[in-house]
Amino acid sequence: MSLYVEELLGEADASDPTTGDVTIQNYTINFGPQHPAAHGVLRLVMELDGEIVERVDPHVGLLHRGTEKLIEYKTYTQALPYFDRLDYCSPLCMEHSWVLAVEKLLDLEVPERAQYLRVFFAELTRISNHMLNLGSHVMDVGAMTPNLWLFEIREDCMNFFERVSGARMHSNYFRPGGVHQDAPLKLLADIGDWLDTRLPRLFEDAISLVADNRIFKQRNVDIAVVSRDDAIKWGFSGPMIRGSGIAWDLRKSQPYDVYAKMDFDVPVGTRGDCYDRFMVRVEEVRQSARIMKQCLREMPEGPIASLDRKVVPPKRAEMKQSMEALIHHFKLYTEGFHVPAGDVYVATESPKGEFGVYLVADGSNKPYRCKIRPTAFSHLQAMDFMAKGHMLADTTAILGAMDIVFGECDR
Amino acid sequence: MRAPAPAYTSNDGVIDTARAALGGMLLDAVDHVGEVALHVRREDLYDAMIALRDTPGLAYQQLMEIAGVDYPDRPERFEVVYCMLSLTRNHRLRVHVATDEEKPVPSVTDIWPVAGWLEREVYDMYGVLFSGNPDLRRILTDYGFRGHPQRKDFPLTGYVELRYSEESKRVVYEPVQLAQDFRTFDFMSPWEGAEYVLPGDEKGALPEAKGAPTPLKADAIVKADAAQSATKAPDAPSESYAKKDAQGTAQTGSGDANAGNQKQDKPVESDVIPTKGGGQNQ
Repeated sequence: MSLYVEELLGEADASDPTTGDVTIQNYTINFGPQHPAAHGVLRLVMELDGEIVERVDPHVGLLHRGTEKLIEYKTYTQALPYFDRLDYCSPLCMEHSWVLAVEKLLDLEVPERAQYLRVFFAELTRISNHMLNLGSHVMDVGAMTPNLWLFEIREDCMNFFERVSGARMHSNYFRPGGVHQDAPLKLLADIGDWLDTRLPRLFEDAISLVADNRIFKQRNVDIAVVSRDDAIKWGFSGPMIRGSGIAWDLRKSQPYDVYAKMDFDVPVGTRGDCYDRFMVRVEEVRQSARIMKQCLREMPEGPIASLDRKVVPPKRAEMKQSMEALIHHFKLYTEGFHVPAGDVYVATESPKGEFGVYLVADGSNKPYRCKIRPTAFSHLQAMDFMAKGHMLADTTAILGAMDIVFGECDR
Repeated sequence: MRAPAPAYTSNDGVIDTARAALGGMLLDAVDHVGEVALHVRREDLYDAMIALRDTPGLAYQQLMEIAGVDYPDRPERFEVVYCMLSLTRNHRLRVHVATDEEKPVPSVTDIWPVAGWLEREVYDMYGVLFSGNPDLRRILTDYGFRGHPQRKDFPLTGYVELRYSEESKRVVYEPVQLAQDFRTFDFMSPWEGAEYVLPGDEKGALPEAKGAPTPLKADAIVKADAAQSATKAPDAPSESYAKKDAQGTAQTGSGDANAGNQKQDKPVESDVIPTKGGGQNQ
């Protein structure tokens, strides 16, 4: 035994390396594509110096399904469900951009109740999206409990989507000209109750565990600080640009549907770090609840879709009575409607940022070209400069604060 | 505008300001459906973008999107569309540039670093080249992918499909095989000047023979497809059906020479035009 101790002591001679004597070469590691913190199928090729990130090269496209190409072969109505499958965490906000783009080309008027319903459910989508993102962000940096509570809220949202559209995730609820079906009164009453009782209780409880938590702050404050200039140059939008202190919200500055009438505040960050981006989303949830309550108060009665029978098919009951309605129904569900030639770029404020649709119509019943502007493309591209100089473990916090979903990024 | 699309500052005066700032670089300016589109000379794109960003009264600070569009009929078939946003003026604008497979478009990565990936995507999808982009790799398609899938002459199904091969223990690529033809429907109404010829239309174009046609005797009338259907039997059932059925021949009698209820036993409908492959869904 003593021999072993002497051996150990004797090791500390001049020939043994100490820190500073050896040069460690940078090495490259693969993060993902199968990693729980990669939020899907992201592959990051990282160059590390010890534990410090030197360079990040994100490889995307592992979930590429050719949505844009498929849409060119579908009628305008058939293309709508593809949008649910882009950002599958906020499907209705994806649909929102599409229907607004088609309506802009058609110059179609939308009844007020339909606009209220669309805003109402888009905000519910925002809440459900932020529940997933906030929860997974805190889980990525080590906290477990808030995620479980936030998923309770998300589950409630899913149930509401199911009650209004019949599907929990891929709702396919919005239509060019309005929405598919009216929301039942009981559903609106239930959501109103939920907004007053269950949502604030669960949400504030969960957030109170992390918002002032010392460990959570250590992991997020001053991580990946993005200046205002960088945010503009890199094409940031949504909570990412607001986190950097620019009060830019498309719902406020370029209002669509009835957002112009809505009363809400735009939260901004002060330092532009991961913590700010997190807290911007937390406040957005409260503002979304405020918008939804205002919608419930002010929503008028009336039709839920345009009465232009050349675009919106008639209801079945009407179809049984009128020959004209039968013809319209048949034509719209086989051939679909024709959209006048032209091109538009319509962008809305999705929960993740500016989600745009560049739509080229050639006058037929199918889009000539539909380019989808994903929010994740510009944010993920900035990963390289945001992660530079931070520790390997911080990349999960940076990624969590970006809020990336690969259905939308890869299309 | 009646549609509830995003409302931003009006387009009044934007084209005039842009014309003054860009001068000869601007080929055309269009204001359609409430959106301004500037068509810019390809060689001058970089300078035009700087002018659009820095000129007071234009001030498009953000580049939100670069979209490619393929118009195969044009001499320069590709159009690259830059969607710009002014945060200070709250206005959107599009810049269009035309190019083809060979002529590169100047890269704008120096002005907006976000253009790096956006240009990579246009290159990946259309094969448009960008001079000055330091990292023009493919981005969305597979490693080692060939072709540019968003081009209009690229088939929707692609050329290859992949599967996991149990024999070679890896993913292998094979030429794509479709169990069913892709079903496309032509919605162009024949009443509204369709360009194709419907079956039978060619008869209308033939000049009529001189004099009235001689009426035929009743026994001389032959149905149009009578000769054809008498001589040519319809196709036998395909190989795979026959094989599958042959396993239980004792009960079903499907392997018999005269099994009954076969395709060739059924009467030939003179009104039904036989389909190309004889498939069920055509």
